[in-house]
Amino acid sequence: MTAFAAQVRAETSMTLRRGETLLLTVGIPVVFLVFFSTVHVVPTQTPHPVSFFVPGILALAVMSTAMVSLGIATGFERGYGVLKRLGSTPLGRGRLVGAKIATILVVEVVQAAVLVPVGVGLGWHPAGSTGAGAAGGQALAIALLATAAFGGIGLTMAGRLRAELNLAAANGLYLVLLLLGGMVVPLAKLPGWLADLARILPAAALSDGLHAALGSGTAVPVHAWVVLAVWAVAAPVAAVVTFRWE
Amino acid sequence: MPVPDAVICRDLVVRYGALTAVDGLSFQVEPGEVLALLGPNGAGKTSTVESLEGYRRPAAGSVRVLGLDPLADHRALVPRVGVMLQRGGVYPMLGPRRVLHLFASYYQHPEDPEALLEQLSLRAAASTPWRHLSGGEQQRLSLALALVGRPEVVFLDEPTAGVDPEGRLAIRQVVADLAAQDVAVLLTTHELTEAEKMADRVVIVVGGRAAAAGRVDGSGPDTLGAAGLSFGAPPGLDTDGLGEVLGTAVTEGPPGRYRVAGQATPERTAALTSWLAERHLALTDLRTGRSLEDAYLSVVGAEEAGR
Repeated sequence: MTAFAAQVRAETSMTLRRGETLLLTVGIPVVFLVFFSTVHVVPTQTPHPVSFFVPGILALAVMSTAMVSLGIATGFERGYGVLKRLGSTPLGRGRLVGAKIATILVVEVVQAAVLVPVGVGLGWHPAGSTGAGAAGGQALAIALLATAAFGGIGLTMAGRLRAELNLAAANGLYLVLLLLGGMVVPLAKLPGWLADLARILPAAALSDGLHAALGSGTAVPVHAWVVLAVWAVAAPVAAVVTFRWE
Repeated sequence: MPVPDAVICRDLVVRYGALTAVDGLSFQVEPGEVLALLGPNGAGKTSTVESLEGYRRPAAGSVRVLGLDPLADHRALVPRVGVMLQRGGVYPMLGPRRVLHLFASYYQHPEDPEALLEQLSLRAAASTPWRHLSGGEQQRLSLALALVGRPEVVFLDEPTAGVDPEGRLAIRQVVADLAAQDVAVLLTTHELTEAEKMADRVVIVVGGRAAAAGRVDGSGPDTLGAAGLSFGAPPGLDTDGLGEVLGTAVTEGPPGRYRVAGQATPERTAALTSWLAERHLALTDLRTGRSLEDAYLSVVGAEEAGR
């Protein structure tokens, strides 16, 4: 097996065997999706709550994998000296980062494979004037940009903070972005100034994009593309510039 | 034709802010040679090794491994070098077999991971996650990981720290095998006996400087330590009386440790044992030849007194 394939296999198997990771990436999103779709605590302004929550929770899923799971795991790998040790093997930075990205994508596929059927079971059907193919393509592009953005944020924190501090910070940021991300609470419910702030963060841009593509079936708003694209470039660059292997 | 050196460290200086960890250290290692950097904790041994591994940028001096610059030629060098960090460095969730197979995949012509598991007695623990391995097992796995790429140069930072006697034996055997295969081995240790048993040559490092350097296998004129005879016996012997009998000076170092100056001739050794026998004194230990311990204690003691 090539070094890259072996690394992807090892990273994927470690990620999918970590109980706390599965809880974060699959367990919590499923519970949120079922709970909020059936118990109407948050008014969603969509004909059926599930058509708001499926895209919102998919956005949450992307954020939990690319930012929290990747960031925490990488922070601990740095703390354990794993990254330092890998630095003196021929694996190289490129293949290591590539393997981590591939692992995130695998986990995201697993998440979608669980969440979409649950959503459909709850009565979700992707509405849309744009057609299922176009909507799916837009959603995929949005999710990929968001993965780059959140991955960059997670790695930036993991590259600078002590492992335990990084764990707390990643979870804290996750909670803030969950509330400000239009994932379970529509942005329209936030005070105006807070909604404006939220709109320049990647979480809201991601969920706006997915709500448009998968929920209402409209074109993804330009601001969502722009905000995500900026974060998708800036955050990985920040990670590369600030990252320390030890 | 002289053998080209596999590792060259010349006037190396490593600084951390205002602190100078390594202060002008020079040595070289030939293929097939085992060199130990011996010194107390904080002497700059790890900083030196990490400069050779490409983790540190020297403030001054130069380091070359296989003729290459560890930082600038990192990519070309890593496939040819094996590294054992002082601690950690392994995914906590993975067991020795999986980690070894993973690391083997990084190299073009790796060693057989199963053979390494056997060689380092890791078969029984092959599936135990790293975090549940004993300290000795972790060290042996780290060593196996340093070897899996069939390196030409190996850096071992405190390879026997926290390892039980049996594990030490296995590690020593591996190091001897490496040297026999013409691999250059640079190791660090703060334990005299480990340096003496594993290395051909020793550089005693104190305060970031080479306080002494020489052979420990007794094969050359640059052997470390003074010639003579040393022994252990009850403390407080009449060293003057014994010295008269032996025709040379006898001194007591630490209580119960004695040193006889001059050559350890057979006559002198016989006279010493009969002198003790006449007085019903037990001989606890008798060593002839040069002693690394003497050399180490004298230079480390002198350096630390001077600081």
